[in-house]
Amino acid sequence: MAEADESNKPLFAGLADVSISEDIPVEGQITVPVGPPAQDDEYSTLDEPVKDTILRDLKAVGKKFVHVMYPKKSSALLRDWDLWGPLLLCVTLALMLQGGAADKKDDGGPQFAEVFVIIWFGSVVITLNSKLLGGTISFFQSLCVLGYCILPLTVAMIICRLVLLGGTGTVSFIVRLIMVVASFSWSTFASTAFLADSQPPNRKALVVYPIFLFYFVIGWMVLTFSPSPTAGP
Amino acid sequence: TLCASVPQGSGSAVIDMENMDDTSGSSFEDMGEMHQRMKEEEEVAAEAAATEEDTDYGEFLGMKGIKGQLGRQVADEVWQAGKRQASKAFNLYANIDILRPYFDVEPIQVRNRLIESLIPVRMINFPQKIAGELYGPLMLVFTLVAILLHGMKTSGTVIREGTLMGTAIGTCFGYWLGVSSFIFFLAYLCNAQITMLQMLSLLGYGLFSHCVVLFVTYNVHFHSLFYILWLVIGGLSTLRMVAALISRTVGQTPRLILCGTLATLHMLFLLYLHFTYHKIVEGILDTLEGPNVPPIQRVARDLPDVATHLMNNTAQYIEVH
Repeated sequence: MAEADESNKPLFAGLADVSISEDIPVEGQITVPVGPPAQDDEYSTLDEPVKDTILRDLKAVGKKFVHVMYPKKSSALLRDWDLWGPLLLCVTLALMLQGGAADKKDDGGPQFAEVFVIIWFGSVVITLNSKLLGGTISFFQSLCVLGYCILPLTVAMIICRLVLLGGTGTVSFIVRLIMVVASFSWSTFASTAFLADSQPPNRKALVVYPIFLFYFVIGWMVLTFSPSPTAGP
Repeated sequence: TLCASVPQGSGSAVIDMENMDDTSGSSFEDMGEMHQRMKEEEEVAAEAAATEEDTDYGEFLGMKGIKGQLGRQVADEVWQAGKRQASKAFNLYANIDILRPYFDVEPIQVRNRLIESLIPVRMINFPQKIAGELYGPLMLVFTLVAILLHGMKTSGTVIREGTLMGTAIGTCFGYWLGVSSFIFFLAYLCNAQITMLQMLSLLGYGLFSHCVVLFVTYNVHFHSLFYILWLVIGGLSTLRMVAALISRTVGQTPRLILCGTLATLHMLFLLYLHFTYHKIVEGILDTLEGPNVPPIQRVARDLPDVATHLMNNTAQYIEVH
């Protein structure tokens, strides 16, 4: 009875002042009516033309590309993570690594699914590793960063293919080697700039090593790509 | 018992007076209780309604249907309940915190353990300490995968069924997990004092020798160099693992079985990794441009040639001076 009074006090306030001694537990639920949520915003993004949605997403992806190419310690990549960019880069890289062997039977190049699996499986493993080592970054944020930092290697792949159009001699190999090494270091450096902050300071090396290995394997795939089976490194 | 019905369009409720225990008689307390019960019934009914057909949703909830305040509350509660269930299930099955203590290492510890894996310890009367950690072994397995890929590429291996990467990962992880389990099973049979984690850790660190040997010999193609490295570095790492196991086993026969098996598998794996990708390159290069890498049978003939050549030169030198 007293409990009912207490919870209904606002309605019947002024009628009587009933006080409860402190050792009687007062329980019950006071449900506060939820204010109207921003429903208008949801409807407006559903109703907008598709072109606007795509352009907005592309702009966000483009902004993150810029962040990767000039890695400063900004949290933009982490705050609004998305997986469109990594997907785009992954598919581009896998497609470009495809046009390899002219003779399909002797296919020594990576299959499309192989590249896909390496990139995503590798990212998942690195993320789990950094979480297990005590990292404070979330799963998808880490996937996002690792995926976006493949951008330098994709650029290197494009340039390698252009160089290979000119010939496959030693000079072209050295040029490609320098390109790949440079972009692989850039990728590793960029992703550590984003990821290392979330680790305790004395364990940074433990987190950086798998990232180094991951980009090394991708860089290796880019470097050993050859347009015909007889010309290899 | 309370029976309540929420008729369409109105917010009233019928309350069974049976439950009205004796109040002091003052009217406002009754009113308060009635009001409280009305609110609770509304919520209960609304929740019950939320789990029923969606077609009747709007009518059941009375005020303004799904867009109304009550509708939103209900939707919110359903969402919360669902989220709670999902996160409970997730925390139960996908809890990586189970593995967290095995990754609790410092870089300097990893480095020390890598070096120690090549240094056999002679104390076998007292159980040797084996670190139970998984970071080092896991990184070594991945490094071995990367080195294998490099070896496969430079040897021009052609994989018919499956992919290069799949083969490499399958080989390395299969060896690490499979041989660990097998030796653990043997250890169980031989009454050795070792846990699965320690076995995984021991064998994983033993892969360091494989990584080193393969890294060197995939780039420098000398068969004799490989054999020397195989014996020295592979042997050291095997001795370390064997000593650790012996220190934890009692009895001659169990020790022999366990350590013999481990040594054989460890050394044979290194041999296998080296030669699988070399046979192919000999075949291809022979047909294309002439052998850059001398095939196995030629080494045996070359070495005596080199030796006689050297001897002749030395003899000539001695004659001259």
